[in-house]
Amino acid sequence: MSKTLAGLAVLLAAGFCQAAELSVADLMQMLGQKKSGTATFVEKKYIAMLKQPLESSGELAFRAPDRLEKRTLKPKMEAVVLEGNKLTLERSDGRKMTVALSDRPEVAAFVESIRATLSGDRGGLERFYTLALSGGAEQWQLNLTPLQPRMQKVISQIRIAGNQAQVKTIEFLQADGDRSEMAITGTSSK
Amino acid sequence: MTLRHHKLALVVWLALMLASVLVIVQTRFVADLSAFMPKAPSARQQMLIDQLRDGAIARIVLVGIEGSDEAERGRLSRLLVSQLAHNPRFTSVQNGDSQTQQRDQRYFFDNRYLLSPAVTPQRFSADGMRTAIQDTLDAMSGDAGLVVKKILPRDPSGETLQILEQFIGESQPHSSNDIWVSRDGKRAVLLLQLAESGLNTDAQAEALADVQQTFGRLPARHADTRLVMSGTSVMSVASRNIIKSEVERLAALGTVLVVALLLLVYRSLPLLLLGLIPVLSGALVGVACVSLGFGHVHGLTLGFGTTLIGEAVDYSIYLFIQRAGGNEPRHFWRTIRLGVLTSITGFAALMCSSFPGLSQLGLYSISGLVTAALVTRYILPGLMPAHLNLRDLSGPGLRLQQGLDLLTRMRWVLAAALLAAVAVLVLHKQDIWNRQLNALSSISKQQNQLDAELRGDLGGNDMRYVASFSAPDQESALQLAERSRRVLLQLQRQGVIGGFHTPDELLPSQASQRARQAALPVAAEASQRLQQALSGMPLSADQLQGFLADVERSRSQPLLNRQSLQGSASSVLLDSMLIKRANSYLVLMPLRPTGEGAQGDQIALDKVRAALVSQQLAQVTVIDLLEETTAIFDSYTHEALLFSSLGSLAILLLLGVTCGWVQAVRVTIPLGCAVLCVVAIFDASGIQLTILHLVGLLLVVAIGSNYALFFANKQQLGNETEQRQVEVSLVVANLATVTSFGLLGTSSVPVLSFIGSTVALGALLALVFSAMMARIQPRAHA
Repeated sequence: MSKTLAGLAVLLAAGFCQAAELSVADLMQMLGQKKSGTATFVEKKYIAMLKQPLESSGELAFRAPDRLEKRTLKPKMEAVVLEGNKLTLERSDGRKMTVALSDRPEVAAFVESIRATLSGDRGGLERFYTLALSGGAEQWQLNLTPLQPRMQKVISQIRIAGNQAQVKTIEFLQADGDRSEMAITGTSSK
Repeated sequence: MTLRHHKLALVVWLALMLASVLVIVQTRFVADLSAFMPKAPSARQQMLIDQLRDGAIARIVLVGIEGSDEAERGRLSRLLVSQLAHNPRFTSVQNGDSQTQQRDQRYFFDNRYLLSPAVTPQRFSADGMRTAIQDTLDAMSGDAGLVVKKILPRDPSGETLQILEQFIGESQPHSSNDIWVSRDGKRAVLLLQLAESGLNTDAQAEALADVQQTFGRLPARHADTRLVMSGTSVMSVASRNIIKSEVERLAALGTVLVVALLLLVYRSLPLLLLGLIPVLSGALVGVACVSLGFGHVHGLTLGFGTTLIGEAVDYSIYLFIQRAGGNEPRHFWRTIRLGVLTSITGFAALMCSSFPGLSQLGLYSISGLVTAALVTRYILPGLMPAHLNLRDLSGPGLRLQQGLDLLTRMRWVLAAALLAAVAVLVLHKQDIWNRQLNALSSISKQQNQLDAELRGDLGGNDMRYVASFSAPDQESALQLAERSRRVLLQLQRQGVIGGFHTPDELLPSQASQRARQAALPVAAEASQRLQQALSGMPLSADQLQGFLADVERSRSQPLLNRQSLQGSASSVLLDSMLIKRANSYLVLMPLRPTGEGAQGDQIALDKVRAALVSQQLAQVTVIDLLEETTAIFDSYTHEALLFSSLGSLAILLLLGVTCGWVQAVRVTIPLGCAVLCVVAIFDASGIQLTILHLVGLLLVVAIGSNYALFFANKQQLGNETEQRQVEVSLVVANLATVTSFGLLGTSSVPVLSFIGSTVALGALLALVFSAMMARIQPRAHA
């Protein structure tokens, strides 16, 4: 019995250690296996000037290696489509605006935080951020701190949390103290 | 001719020369490309061409800094801007630095209540404000939230967004470290606006030289960095320089070649000098006539001077060689006269051209040839020694005659050549006409490539589609632009056009500005309405005191005018859209295609026109510049085709009337064959014909008819020796023509090279074909 208990304890300990030791490489490897997925999101923006948070919701679609689409349905239709180096903003009246990420380093940093995470692209993240990972495979949290001073003026940290290969929340902490929280509910993934 | 007559002729000649020199001394010589740009047929096209050549668009210079590394290029870009900023030759110097960008942002933000087309009394009612603020909050919740958040406290109704909206979809220059860089990141790019219009090429040339020198003197500049420039002004200065150097080179080389040829034939310095007298006289009188007729002389007209050397020298060649025996061949002057007349007929057709350059060339050639012929007729004989010490040409003459006899027996070659030419033209399906206006431009491929790159780098509109109108004053121009904008906005929403710009986006009419001021409520009223609007919203009025203050300030702020934009990038844009002319204002509103679908790079202009007409805006014309310029060019090709045909017909008539129809046909067939073969040769070598090739063909007929006439002149045939002399003179004259036009053919200026290559080839063929067809076999062989 005690042997069994001891064995169990060792196993648990081992399991615990394993979870605690989830490395950035492991996480990236895990995330990178996902080829495509769609999800819904609810985003809340907490802004000091406003008494209540601003809420928006819509759909996310990701296809490896580099296509990410964020389609906001409420309160106003709009969409951001990121494909390769091209970022296209679509507005409710059908007008589109396209920018090249290579032109706008801040925008690139911003969108890479999500895209590179979803595709498990460690190099892409480390171009813009220092990475700090905590938790285990079942519940991990990746904190991204911007490297560029220009980005630091806007964003102080990005916190991404998830379970296995599923990203659950993305939180942007803005330099002025405002923040936004995006909760993601997966609907399908391959 | 008696001695007294000869003296009189000499006096008249000297007086004429003196008068010509006096005129030439005061002549203005120009070398820009304008003379070879057509005078546009319609006022609308003229207006467009003027704008492209001299207007605000033509004042823009695109600059690139290449070489070294990005940091160095950026440093030089900043230094160049700071050094040129205060140079009065430039009205704007930009490299996209944040200073200029902030100036533009300030202009739009500070003046948002006068600039935003959304400002109406309704929008500033309690309900209107509520809707506007809710829209802004919605925008904040979206992807542009960070930007919107910044403006919220002072601009909760989102007027700044309304203004920025008008610029969505624009392609912007790429930036790196706060300055503009090229698409590939390998050059820093800048945009300059010259103070001088395109009419003053000298001033533009100085301004461009200023840029080069300033760049060259930038402190601690890395040696491997270089400056590249493009734009209409750069092109016109460059082509002027090319034309200048080409004209000098051609004149010098042409003279040397013809002199060498004459020396080889005559082997006598006095004869050479005598032979050049008609040429020089012709050139002097020709230039003087053009100067008197046009007020100035184009450099290219002088370039054609070498061809005049080639033709005018023929007369003295005929005279010297044919008179070498001491006796004047029968009917010699009659033939010369007819030759001059046919040439004049050809050049007279040129004078009717709408290309000022071609009509100058026509006048120059006619006056020059008449002078040369008259000088040969009335001055040279008196100056010639009684017995010409001409080199004995009977040896080469005999061989030449054998050669020509051979040609005459080979008439079937003519038929074969004709068949081959027709076959080539029929079988080869490519369009034999080149329809591109820039086919005549002397700008190199590399320069054009650079221009396209820099335009792409700076996100420039290529100005293909333009909506334009003119109005008596700035205020009415802006009001009309505002009405047009509403229609264009509708068209944009319908997806007919992708985007547009109107000048009122940057500077609304005074009437609109006043109306917007009047729409803003007074302070107490505004505060009360805001309270109402905010009830139930997550925002309190305390946080929007800046907004209320700005509204109050805007109600009484001075109205915006052109000076308000000074120093901003938008002022350059406004200058290109709102153009002050002598008695009116011209508005040019660029339209952008949607860029989507199979024909995404095109705009259905009929829909745009219909929409404008339905809103009583029929005075706004919508133009596809590409189509217009092609149309202009086509109409000139047709015109050239018409006058070349008429010219050739006139020459034929002249020949028929003076020497009888049988003779005329004998002369015409070889000429016609020469023309057909030249066209076929060009076609087979993939060269598309332009107006200038056509002009060249006309000259082939005009010059070639001289050879055919001499060959075909039955009465002239004396004995065999005389005929030999005639034929030697013909071949020498032909060589002179082929040499001088061939030289033009080597020019890097297309206008010169097209005519040169056509005439050189055609004249040679005309001689060979004339020998086959028009030549009358000497009796000995007959």
